[in-house]
Amino acid sequence: MATPTNPPGFLLANLDKVRHWAQTRSMFPVTFGLACCAIEMMATGAGHYDLARFGMEVFRASPRQADLMIVAGRLSQKMAPVLRQVYDQMPEPKWVISMGACASTGGMFNNYALVQGVDQIVPVDIYIPGCPPGPQSLMHGILTLHDKIMSGELAR
Amino acid sequence: MTDQKNRDKHKVDLWLTGTEEPSWLVEGTDEGAQKMALHETERRRADQEGLSVGDDRVLDEEIAPDDELMIVNMGPQHPSTHGVLRVHIELEGEIIRRSKPIIGYLHTGMEKTGEDLTWLQGPTNVTRMDYLAPFHNELVFSLAVEKLLGIDLPPRAEAIRLLMTELNRVSSHLVALATNGMDIGALSMMLYGFRDRERILAFFEKTTGLRMNHNYIRPGGVAADLPPGWQEDIEFILDKIPPRMYEYEDLLKANPIWLGRTRDVGVITLEECLALSVTGPTLRAAGSDWDLRKVFPYSGIENFQFEVPVGEHGDVYDRYRIRVEEIWQSLSLVRQIAESMPDGDYKTDDRKVAPPPRARIDESMEALIHHFKIYTEGFQVPEGEAYVAIESPRGELGAYVVSDGGAKPLRMHMRTPSFANLQALPVMMADSLIADTVATIASLDPVLGDVDR
Amino acid sequence: MADDQVVETPEEDGDAVVRPLPDHPVLLALAEQFDEIEWTLSSGQDVFFVPKDRIRDVAQAAKDAGFELLSDLTVADYFRKKTPRFELVINLLSMQHKARIRLRVPVPVDDAQVPSLVPVYAGANFYEREAFDLFGLTFDGHPDLSRILMPDEWEGHPLRKDFGMGSVPVQFKESHQVR
Repeated sequence: MATPTNPPGFLLANLDKVRHWAQTRSMFPVTFGLACCAIEMMATGAGHYDLARFGMEVFRASPRQADLMIVAGRLSQKMAPVLRQVYDQMPEPKWVISMGACASTGGMFNNYALVQGVDQIVPVDIYIPGCPPGPQSLMHGILTLHDKIMSGELAR
Repeated sequence: MTDQKNRDKHKVDLWLTGTEEPSWLVEGTDEGAQKMALHETERRRADQEGLSVGDDRVLDEEIAPDDELMIVNMGPQHPSTHGVLRVHIELEGEIIRRSKPIIGYLHTGMEKTGEDLTWLQGPTNVTRMDYLAPFHNELVFSLAVEKLLGIDLPPRAEAIRLLMTELNRVSSHLVALATNGMDIGALSMMLYGFRDRERILAFFEKTTGLRMNHNYIRPGGVAADLPPGWQEDIEFILDKIPPRMYEYEDLLKANPIWLGRTRDVGVITLEECLALSVTGPTLRAAGSDWDLRKVFPYSGIENFQFEVPVGEHGDVYDRYRIRVEEIWQSLSLVRQIAESMPDGDYKTDDRKVAPPPRARIDESMEALIHHFKIYTEGFQVPEGEAYVAIESPRGELGAYVVSDGGAKPLRMHMRTPSFANLQALPVMMADSLIADTVATIASLDPVLGDVDR
Repeated sequence: MADDQVVETPEEDGDAVVRPLPDHPVLLALAEQFDEIEWTLSSGQDVFFVPKDRIRDVAQAAKDAGFELLSDLTVADYFRKKTPRFELVINLLSMQHKARIRLRVPVPVDDAQVPSLVPVYAGANFYEREAFDLFGLTFDGHPDLSRILMPDEWEGHPLRKDFGMGSVPVQFKESHQVR
């Protein structure tokens, strides 16, 4: 971009595209690890799979600094109000990834204790299958989210 | 906790360590519902002003005014609580006076689901409890079912089970080191620990098809034989991890910051461990050499040489040392098991329990029927009940199963080590600094799926 | 009782009924202290059947005899299978004798009240709260008997056999094509 010290030059872009580009390239996830999937989420963020390649290695502990919530694991009835509160504390624009079978549908535990899918509590943008999804699946889900934001389908 | 300084540190009104009466347990840990009552200051003031006489408490020199006591809620969404643990902490300045762990945020109802699954499907369920040590969960459940069935396994099946559980102990302790490091601020340890865990997980994935939650150890043996070329994979793991471990020793063992953050922090004595049912590395760090692998050996582990590391102070540093030493012992066990791996079948030849080999199904009607019956209605387990315990990376992992003679358990209960170990948290944290909270929690290495089930 | 593969029932030996007794000397001493408790072998493991009003005395005696650690406390619900419907199951561990003993305490559903073991084994705290939460047994003398796993406002005790699984039918909708 043109700056006073580095003069003439033009950049013509659609403002929306610039916005989407900025949103996807610095997307901070909130730490919302619940169960087994949280370990895979940590493994994705650690050295071997290196989520830093997508500018996402910094998991924010405060929901107020985050724009993506990765619900990693099974959501119990007792935890559901907490999830909703954390989601409400996140500033717009925000996205939700439901990671794993339990978060998406309740998984193999269709019983009294679990919420059968976090989409009953918060709106979900991307569902990632698997029990638990491997780091590659998580990355695929994240990249799909990026693509959809870039294409404007999930833009906020 | 041997020196007088520590003993004095813990001598507070509601926490009488030295006395015979465990009154601190009654008053110190929990009262009221799932939050702490606020009446402690008022009660102390009443004592001081002579309005009431507490017979088991010492009067304080000064009373903290109400506004100096602060309740801090930590969790359930918090980066360093290892999941969805919630802790109520009562602070006086920076000093933790009381604390109470509040659990249940990951309660999955697995014991209820377990009553709805057949005995063969059971490992699918229990493996998701302690998701850092899934093989141990599967193994203890399978051992309990086999105890009811009264079947013996071929030696190769038992050796494969031991190989996988000991590798799993290494990977679990690596994660414990990683998260312990991350919580105290040694962030590089987190990256290193997960990097080495990947090497073991690659082998797990090759063998079982999944990185976690394998459902590989089942009643009657294991689900599949070791993959071709497994010796090279084990050799690769045993080549790669020890040099790294030396690096981590250099990084942490004598690191002054690490020592300052872990020495004499989160101290628990052996007596308190026993009273609170604490097992595993926490118990061994307090000075007991109790290891179920030595005392009640399972799956033929008595044929292999290993030592039980013992600590003496019962603090965070000792627990860290115990885990490092256990990684070394487990790596040695893995080498011994891999070198002496017997040939033979990897599951029992009792066709009522284990399915026949694929080739037999094509030629034998009976084998086809057995296969069909096992995978549709499951096998019957004789009426009875049994409790079997093994040493998981976190302590005594037990399975209590009751059968009414049917294809599903009447009751399936897991005695999970993190659940019991968490009871020790208020004792460890009493009168320590709030900054030590995360170090103490991390050193217990609780897995919340193991706590809440 | 329910264990069929177990020890043969006491034979009429002349006039006196021979009470089966364990082999382990520590367990034998414990069994001889209390007339009420019945010893049996279940899956090769030592089991004492204890009446529920004596449970604290037996636990105290066991602790004095060297069973330092309460390794597990849970409940089994024999709904429509046994007449005292619940059975409190306590696993004690002795490190010095390297022995285990399981105490099984029949508890009827209409009087589901048991003396708490917290004064004897402080580690029973969470376990008894769990038993209360999931099965509805109440423990006399427990310092803080409250729900531990389920939310405070939860109704019912989910691990009882008559509670039901609580499963809900999950509806799957057809998703649109992922590009």
